[in-house]
Amino acid sequence: MSSPKEVLFSPIFDNNPIALQVLGICSALAVTVSMVNTLVMCAAVIFVCAFSNLFVSLLRHVMPSSIRIIIQMTIIASLVILVDQIIQAYAYEVSQRLSVFVGLIITNCIVLGRAEGFALQNGPYISFLDGIGNGLGYSILLLLVALIREPLGAGTLMGYTLFPSVNDGGWYIGNGLMLLAPSAFFIIGLAIWALRAWKPAQVEPAEYEIAENVQYKEAI
Amino acid sequence: MEHYLGIFFSVIFIENMALTFFLGMCTFIAISKKISTAFGLGVAVIVVLAITVPVNNLIYQYFLRDGALAWAGFPNVDLSFLGFLAYIGVIAALVQILEMFLDKHVPALYSALGVFLPLITVNCAILGASLFMVERDYTFTESVAFGLGAGVGWALAITALAGVREKLKYSDVPEGLRGLGITFICVGLISLGFMSFGGIDL
Repeated sequence: MSSPKEVLFSPIFDNNPIALQVLGICSALAVTVSMVNTLVMCAAVIFVCAFSNLFVSLLRHVMPSSIRIIIQMTIIASLVILVDQIIQAYAYEVSQRLSVFVGLIITNCIVLGRAEGFALQNGPYISFLDGIGNGLGYSILLLLVALIREPLGAGTLMGYTLFPSVNDGGWYIGNGLMLLAPSAFFIIGLAIWALRAWKPAQVEPAEYEIAENVQYKEAI
Repeated sequence: MEHYLGIFFSVIFIENMALTFFLGMCTFIAISKKISTAFGLGVAVIVVLAITVPVNNLIYQYFLRDGALAWAGFPNVDLSFLGFLAYIGVIAALVQILEMFLDKHVPALYSALGVFLPLITVNCAILGASLFMVERDYTFTESVAFGLGAGVGWALAITALAGVREKLKYSDVPEGLRGLGITFICVGLISLGFMSFGGIDL
């Protein structure tokens, strides 16, 4: 049994759900064009992940294992409906820009993955912390991507101007690529590279060993 | 007819589910190591999308949308907030039914697609397509074209990525970039390639 602190912080760098477990990249990258959207999205994911873990863990002795996936899906979907209604009520403009992506938290693999992989075996308190930890691990990568994309793409951060753009009489010419989909893939790829350079234990083994170069004569 | 073809082709190339909306990324990255399995998964996604999007469209039109229950005598009821629960339920149930049907009647297809079907329930591309259909307010026929096109586009993208990765495993990639990192960068490049379809106006 690992300590609460370990459960909370290890998903952030050591066992990051996005960089290492390839979970939950699905719905999220499209919202990283602007920082505000990303913050709202991260808060929503942390909330859903923590509470779905809590409820699944509370119900773990009552659920028959044959229908557990359906029960978990129902719990998650109800939490997402709650979040969606709250966002629509208090931040209508953000909810318009996030469009379908709040709903897609339901199929975010992190949420179901943690409910299935952790909350089913552990108590409510530790599961709740695990949910928060994994939500944070997801958020940190997402915030990093947004932090690169918004200033470079539009010259703003959270809607405040950092670099005055040419259109408004400033000097900064926005990098259009950063506003398009491919840039998110490049940034995530490079972020994974940086993380693995820092923590070499996460490097994947090579599938093929590349042979040493041999001299022409030796080869014959 | 042209209108439907327009929806069909634009969702394959211009608004590709995987490459411009990042949907279904988890399976997209995880199951794209071999062309044959990637293609099998792609076909399964086409089948499931072509069925679930029109079915969810009917449910939205006749049960959930504002005033949709007028036929049952409740003209003021708006159940659209139940949407998420209804769509994911429909998807899970349909995938289960499809699995049982294929097992019983088309065993050849079942052995090819069977392993992928449970994975598909939690594939964001499936739920995402249904949510886009609701957001854009498609009619039934439009939703058929949209569902089919979304599936074909996703299958095309995953098969292309698997092709790239099959060649890539022989190359000498820097250590930290090996595996996941280089895959992301490849997806980025493929996505950049698909952007060139953006100028096409149907």
